[in-house]
Amino acid sequence: MNSTDLNVTDAWTLWVIVGLAIITAVTRSFFFLSNSEWHLPHWAQRGLQYAPIAALSAVVVPEIVMSQGELIATWQDARIYAAAVGVAIYFFKHDVLLTIVLGMAVYLPLHLGLGW
Amino acid sequence: MFWQRKLYLHPDFNVGVRDLAPQAFGQIAWALMTGVALVKSGMSVFESVFMTLVVYAGSSQLAATPLIMAGAPAWVVLAAGFCVNLRFVVFSLHMRGYLMHLPRLPRMVAGYFTTDPVYVLFIRRFDHPAHTDEHRRSQEAYLAGLSVANWTSWISCSLLGIALANAIPTAWGLGFAGILCLLGIQCSLASSRLRVLSAIVAGMVAVLAYALPLKLHIVVAILMAVFACLMAEQLKVLKERPA
Repeated sequence: MNSTDLNVTDAWTLWVIVGLAIITAVTRSFFFLSNSEWHLPHWAQRGLQYAPIAALSAVVVPEIVMSQGELIATWQDARIYAAAVGVAIYFFKHDVLLTIVLGMAVYLPLHLGLGW
Repeated sequence: MFWQRKLYLHPDFNVGVRDLAPQAFGQIAWALMTGVALVKSGMSVFESVFMTLVVYAGSSQLAATPLIMAGAPAWVVLAAGFCVNLRFVVFSLHMRGYLMHLPRLPRMVAGYFTTDPVYVLFIRRFDHPAHTDEHRRSQEAYLAGLSVANWTSWISCSLLGIALANAIPTAWGLGFAGILCLLGIQCSLASSRLRVLSAIVAGMVAVLAYALPLKLHIVVAILMAVFACLMAEQLKVLKERPA
């Protein structure tokens, strides 16, 4: 592990990586690991339909309005404009690919050109 | 399920591949950056490649690598990986109804490949678990299409990132393309007022709870958003009930 030569591979690290792979498999199939028959209560079933959009929002929003763990306090941030354009494009054209391309077309000049 | 030829031949397999295409495009830069980050954090090229191939979870890889390099005990690394992956536990509850007709091993294989975009796109297309064998087959084929397309694009770009680790500057911010892609998919899910409410609550809670360790803000945000929507549903029912 604490090797000074960056290209040395050690067995301990490989075992930890195998453990992480098992964690991936277990967390992603957590509620269907067991074969036993049970049913979700009705309210939970209904509640789950709100989970996908919540999960995306929870990942996406901090990536747009925060930097280094703080809410950004400036308007000079390329991400806000790119995201606003992206949302507008989506509701106008209903095309995710176009959202990415035009969003980046706003983001890259502001980010690389103006340093926002 | 994924090793079954009939799934690849099913028309819904191709629909899945096609629906995932924008995501594959959006995550090119993201996967590249993950590959770069693994090598730059000090892991050997072999370790980085091995991790990319078997762990297949970008956020848990990024959370675990610095711990591994700092020589943290194995259980700390694994516990961190588990916490970062907690949102998948919520997803698995949702996917359960769609997969329980399969034996355990194929279920787990399907689960292993159910990353964020695969889950979201699958649920977007299929509101309810299938009731007939024919529909089950088409759901399985669609899931297989999404999974194969996502795995291929993520793995190939991550490996490319590892190979080019010393040539790609992180300052370009190319990874933002992946966020724009998720944002687009998020908009495509906003089909009712309550779902919009869910997105707003989750976004606000995620920002407020961002300081929590191990990306726990994500799972807290999901739980709060679902809770808020269930409460709002109840209020609506109460209001509509004749006095």
